[in-house]
Amino acid sequence: MSKVPGDRKYTKDHEWVRSEADGTAVVGITDHAQQQLGELVFVELPETGRSFGSGENCAVVESVKAASDVYAPVAGTVMAVNEALGSEPGLVNTDPYGAGWLFRVQPDSGAVAGLLDAAAYQRLVDGAG
Amino acid sequence: MNQRTPLYDCHLAAGAHMVPFGGWDMPLHYGGQIEEHHAVRRRAGLFDVSHMAVVDVRGAGATDYLRHLLANDVARLAPGQALYTCMLNERGGVVDDLIVYRRPVDAPAPYRLVVNAATRDKDLHWFATAATGRAVSLEPRNDLAMLAVQGPAAVELAAPLLPVALRAAAPALRPFHAIEDATVFVARTGYTGEDGFELMVAAGEAAAWWDRLMAAGVAPCGLGARDTLRLEAGMNLYGQDMDEEHSPLVSGLGWTVAWEPAARDFIGREALERERAAGPAQRLAGLVLEERGVMRRDQRVITGAGEGIITSGGFAPTLNRSVAFARVPADAAGDCQVEIRGVLRPARLVRPPFARQGRALIADAS
Repeated sequence: MSKVPGDRKYTKDHEWVRSEADGTAVVGITDHAQQQLGELVFVELPETGRSFGSGENCAVVESVKAASDVYAPVAGTVMAVNEALGSEPGLVNTDPYGAGWLFRVQPDSGAVAGLLDAAAYQRLVDGAG
Repeated sequence: MNQRTPLYDCHLAAGAHMVPFGGWDMPLHYGGQIEEHHAVRRRAGLFDVSHMAVVDVRGAGATDYLRHLLANDVARLAPGQALYTCMLNERGGVVDDLIVYRRPVDAPAPYRLVVNAATRDKDLHWFATAATGRAVSLEPRNDLAMLAVQGPAAVELAAPLLPVALRAAAPALRPFHAIEDATVFVARTGYTGEDGFELMVAAGEAAAWWDRLMAAGVAPCGLGARDTLRLEAGMNLYGQDMDEEHSPLVSGLGWTVAWEPAARDFIGREALERERAAGPAQRLAGLVLEERGVMRRDQRVITGAGEGIITSGGFAPTLNRSVAFARVPADAAGDCQVEIRGVLRPARLVRPPFARQGRALIADAS
């Protein structure tokens, strides 16, 4: 399993969120999450301009096995989505922390707070066996 | 603790992700389920199907017994021929589906049955009950392992590995035919919609066969690919697409019922004839999703003739879209909707199969 990147925060539901220099934040799912799901065949992304609260269901990832909800790690408005996933959902499997990003939000509060850092997330995953 | 097939160590060596299935530890995939699916459609894949139960039937009453036990008619079989059939309860519900091989005349047992792993104990009990008072004996062949090599190149890759005496004859086998010698039973059958063999060998020899087939370039494939291949090929899965509460007539399996001769009294016949006379209320249809998304088992289908339910669904790699089987009102046809996670999505009722012999058989969405 690849290392959990230290440049971003994590949720207990296995999403990651990385704050960008321009004040936006990029959201994806973790390597652990994609491994548990298996090969992805479809990613349903939110519409640009949509707003949601923290913890709200904002996307769906479907694998060969099952569908799984993605919950918003932060409250905000969708600025952009990863269009490449429309034809290549497998990017989430091969590069979950990079090319497999899901969408970019403008956080409501400006800051990303109340989430796990990389070490805490790694402990969560290790504990889950 | 789950049972392990004689190929368990081979699976681990090949990098399998093992999962429990029908009381067995079986490979789900070896790293990439979709690649494995494509390997079978495009070239050749290797499956361990040793979890399935093989039962030999012998005795002077074997033919009469099977003609009573099974909804298809083994009297139609010449030596070396096989058929697919349902085994019904008195209500016409499906106890299991199986393949019956009629072995060569000089074989020690004239018939060989292959049934599902998850229904093994139930089936053996059912077999034994129906055998009461008949001149038959049943021999579960736990000493055998079974490998399926499937795909357009499967026969070409596997035939050179067979005993010399079978090497020429095996590739000449027609579908649903089999030959054997003392070491291997070779059948031109499968569960993928592709050409290929199913091989039954002594459990102790299974790993050597596996290694030889792998060395020949056949890709190991797990249960994940097996399920999407059979779904695309329009083949039912017991426990999902038919079960004890659903007859072959509402499960897309009416073609497996041998109605003639009318005098043949097989278990479930009376109930099935009543259902046929009244006209089955439902049918098992194929379903293609018209937009992106994945249809799954138990999702609701809304048609112009009423509601139905998905019995098997998933992503079809050959079509790069989602397909399903659904039990729908008998009159349902054409466009419909599927409720996926609370949203109604457009879909279309079609006649399976969706893909076979390397090709998609469903036209693209307009």
